[in-house]
Amino acid sequence: MQMKHLIDILDLSVEEIDELIVKARDIMEKPQNYSEKCRGKKLATLFYEPSTRTRLSFEAAMYELGGHVLGFSEAQSSSASKGESVADTAKMISCYADIIAMRHYKEGAPLVASMNASIPVINAGDGGHNHPTQTLTDLLTIQCEKGRLADMTIGFCGDLKFGRTVHSLLNAMSRYEGVRFVLISPEELRIPEYLRHELQKKKIDFRETQALEESLPELDILYMTRVQRERFFNEADYIRLRDSYILTPEKLEKARADLSILHPLPRVNEISVRVDSDPRACYFKQALYGKYIRMALILRLLEID
Amino acid sequence: MLINPINNGIVIDHITAGKGMTLYNILNLAELDCSVAIIKNADSVKMGKKDIIKIDKVIDLNFDAVSYIDPDVTINIIRDGKTIKRKHLDIPEYVTGVIRCTNPRCITSTEQELPQVFKLTDREKRIYRCIYCESKAKNKTLD
Repeated sequence: MQMKHLIDILDLSVEEIDELIVKARDIMEKPQNYSEKCRGKKLATLFYEPSTRTRLSFEAAMYELGGHVLGFSEAQSSSASKGESVADTAKMISCYADIIAMRHYKEGAPLVASMNASIPVINAGDGGHNHPTQTLTDLLTIQCEKGRLADMTIGFCGDLKFGRTVHSLLNAMSRYEGVRFVLISPEELRIPEYLRHELQKKKIDFRETQALEESLPELDILYMTRVQRERFFNEADYIRLRDSYILTPEKLEKARADLSILHPLPRVNEISVRVDSDPRACYFKQALYGKYIRMALILRLLEID
Repeated sequence: MLINPINNGIVIDHITAGKGMTLYNILNLAELDCSVAIIKNADSVKMGKKDIIKIDKVIDLNFDAVSYIDPDVTINIIRDGKTIKRKHLDIPEYVTGVIRCTNPRCITSTEQELPQVFKLTDREKRIYRCIYCESKAKNKTLD
């Protein structure tokens, strides 16, 4: 694998993703073999906007590899509050750590960091743009739950316009044979034009609809997303759209018995808590898979077997 | 209208009528200390009307910028009064410092010294996207 950074999921070939999934599954089975792999290494978590899962899963991943973690969890506690550029921060952090995981509210910030850092940079989410480690998590979840990544109908529901996890997963799954997408969203939150254009260019089988219940019977995977307050400039628009799609046990009666329900979390109210006990709900397992795939990624970027 | 031929310099010919001033601005030709002529709406057998720019000096021209604005132009390099090179441009893969990203969520909106770089993502439709946020170029050029 000739790569130093992970900025976009498409930086990884299908074969490289397969390797990471194989490695993650090996770590899941034999964690004791990996507990000292990153001894003496430091991960810098540069989080310019709040995150629970992504930051903690990166930190847990590094600790379970025997490494150390340093960093900040909001822009206010970093030099960004004094006006330091992302480029300068990346150069400076390269002196202290071995690898960077960066989340930033501005799209493209991790790319700028990767252009200036002398150590590997992982994009841990940049605005509404990309979130490749969530995508790796989603791919590992699908592989573990379904036993395959090809020949699948995946429904994406909710905020498909600003949902970066959706964009990254669409790009990643587009590369597998026999994959179909059903894109379920209100009119205002449909996928961005550039993504629609990409799907059309790649001749991917997809359809856009506003109907969740009608689409459920045809799905192998349902990927639910939150309508995110922080992506709206206008509070009134957020309030109007946040309850657009709520998944309940009643709606799931129409779904297949082998459906897998994924959600990048955090959930607000788009999946009723009554769904949590349904065996088709995979979103908490998904969070666990996230730690293992990040362990595999850190090892790969640090070139540790 | 009579404009003297140039001895050493560059003639940008076959500019789509109306785009001459845009090219003049993008290429910062106002800052040159030599003679520069813009001919607007000249008669053209091939194009009907065209613009022409004549620069009385051989300068380092940003071909990517020219090609992004108007890929069908012809560049003529003149030495000792003769055309020594005639160049047709390819559509550039990357355009740097010509277009400004208008996405308010893009990192270029806060880190102003970052180079504005756009990548060609659809050759047929000539669509360029910001390398940082992937927003489509809206032809809003840098001032």
